[in-house]
Amino acid sequence: MEYFLQQLINGLTLGSVYALIAIGYTMVYGIIGMINFAHGELYMIGAFVGLITLTALGALGLAAAPLAIVLAFLCAMIVTAAYGYAMERLAYRPLRRSSRIAPLISAIGVSILLQNYVRLAQGPRAKPLPPLVQGQHVLLERADGFTVTLSNLQIAIFVVAALLMIALTLLIHRTALGRAQRACAQDMKMAALLGIPADRVIAITFVLGASLAAVAGVMVALYYGVVDFHIGFIAGMKAFTAAVLGGIGSLPGAMLGGIAIGLIEAFWSGYVSAEYKDAAAFLILILVLSLRPQGLLGRPVADKV
Amino acid sequence: MAGPLTAYDWKTALKDAGLAAAIAFLLFFHLIGLRTVEQGAKLTIVPDWQGLILAVGLVFVARLLLGFMAHKWRARPKAPAARRHPRLYDGILLGLVALALLLPATPLSSRYVLDVLTLIFTYMVLAYGLNLVVGLTGLLDLGFVAFYAIGAYSFSLVALQTGMSFWQTLPFSIGVAAVMAFALGLVVLRLRGDYLAIVTLGFAEILRIVLLNWVTLTGGPNGITGIPRPTFFGITPDSPATRILYLYYLSILFAAAVAALTWRLRSLPLGRAFEAVREDELAASSMGINLTQTRLLAYMLAACCGALAGAFFAARQGFISPESFTFTESALVLAIVVLGGIGHPLGIMLAALFLVGLPEVFRELQSYRMIGFGAGMVLIMIGRPRGLFASRPPAVMLGRKENS
Repeated sequence: MEYFLQQLINGLTLGSVYALIAIGYTMVYGIIGMINFAHGELYMIGAFVGLITLTALGALGLAAAPLAIVLAFLCAMIVTAAYGYAMERLAYRPLRRSSRIAPLISAIGVSILLQNYVRLAQGPRAKPLPPLVQGQHVLLERADGFTVTLSNLQIAIFVVAALLMIALTLLIHRTALGRAQRACAQDMKMAALLGIPADRVIAITFVLGASLAAVAGVMVALYYGVVDFHIGFIAGMKAFTAAVLGGIGSLPGAMLGGIAIGLIEAFWSGYVSAEYKDAAAFLILILVLSLRPQGLLGRPVADKV
Repeated sequence: MAGPLTAYDWKTALKDAGLAAAIAFLLFFHLIGLRTVEQGAKLTIVPDWQGLILAVGLVFVARLLLGFMAHKWRARPKAPAARRHPRLYDGILLGLVALALLLPATPLSSRYVLDVLTLIFTYMVLAYGLNLVVGLTGLLDLGFVAFYAIGAYSFSLVALQTGMSFWQTLPFSIGVAAVMAFALGLVVLRLRGDYLAIVTLGFAEILRIVLLNWVTLTGGPNGITGIPRPTFFGITPDSPATRILYLYYLSILFAAAVAALTWRLRSLPLGRAFEAVREDELAASSMGINLTQTRLLAYMLAACCGALAGAFFAARQGFISPESFTFTESALVLAIVVLGGIGHPLGIMLAALFLVGLPEVFRELQSYRMIGFGAGMVLIMIGRPRGLFASRPPAVMLGRKENS
């Protein structure tokens, strides 16, 4: 029971991170119907920029202040948003009207490019980050000394992720920008005819997705304490699985799917096998896509002839 | 559209380039300007302002040049589309094959050259195989490396367990790959486009994780060693020089066989069915083509080619480990197919030479190689989405539509 509870807490933490990344996949898919294969790299870049900012501030003697962490999040969000924008502008926009496969191959190219660029610029080794958010609460203690703990950082991750998701939901449903995004997702051509600047709306979608991925990246950097240049691939695949599981194109679906994938991963590595935890995510992906491609909350898509 | 008479607007161009440089500064400031260096368990920052300025300056100049060239191109009258010369391509192809066959007799030949070329021919086997799925049938497979791995591992395990020779084991490992492709294909080939791509990628990753963790069977990360070398009618070439020569000709044989097979296929009903499925599924199925069966066949044939290359790779190296079967390999083979285009066997041949050969020759530029590789994929998609070297009209076409 105690072990279960601990895995539940770990799974929810992981899940909120996956959910934040998954939102980027689902928003981009919803609006232009492409899988942004390089989205995981945005998360990696966010983690790197956060780490670099924190280390630089540390070198200036400012690391301890909570302000440093806030600053790291802000830097990571802005820089990663710029990467999201540049990616869309340079690699995807010219392909807007081509076949479905061309943007995907282009995205694979972007993914390889970004991974190796960071590897070249920052070195191939894993970068350590000292624990900055400390303190934890013991919730339960078993007779044999096993304790169920909830750290302050975990609480912070839940809270930040939840706040961002609420903010995003409000943005999509209550603002003019959100309305424009929904219009573009429904019918790009019609939206453009009605005077919505479709290109700009698409760019903003990438920027939003990238900044959420950056937040996820910095949180994971703080949580695990290491960052390297290939964390984006696996995390991206899992988040994509989460988006598909929830129903790609659906915002609540991405959040639900993210939490589900986090929980499945935590329980799988806790009870089945830690070595095969990455395989579990891929297995779920294959099963969901072949059994229920529309996901949990998505609607089945009719083929257009 | 700006006509030829409009003067070039330098002011706007400079403003654009300045904006691009500003964004580039934002992009590069942390990642290039502030280099993190590990010192023991701690990180320190080493600023690299020179690199930062260089990168931003490069973006500025590139944006300026790009704008200028676009202006020039717009002003230029459109040249008529260049005519394709299939005959010429055939000639070049034959010339290259003859050159490859005669190469060991020329002074150009060395152990290193033959080794690199053998590697290139192995990738050609993979690429011609993948072309069946991606180029001909239009299914995007991002996990092709899975069948390469299945071929290599099934070959090594069977050869080591039974002591059978290369030629006896080869059909078996190809068969294993075909069965696996059939089983996987039944489940996933109902999906289309990008979903299929991601699922095949997932399969390849699962396979790699299993190979890494099933230590008792596959040796885990240590891999398998002592794999028997290919034999020549029962004789194992023992001196290194003969062995390299033998492997070289064997790889040419395999590449040529797979190339001939896959290119012959397109004038057969089966190949036509593949292309029909690619062009229009609905039309194809209403003409009586069984979609699932056709896709499955393409997928299995490709898997056989992958396994052939894998078995050859294992026998050549004498050692395999999961490290040789990562996503990068899938991406490389896919890049060869994409770059080579679906036009002519020559395309894939030159693309393999280019993408596998060049990085081998410029080893020092290793770290820049993958960056160029990724950027290349993007640029090809934008510039020549049908492949760099050749494009091909459909195999059969009825008379041109009147109103088009």
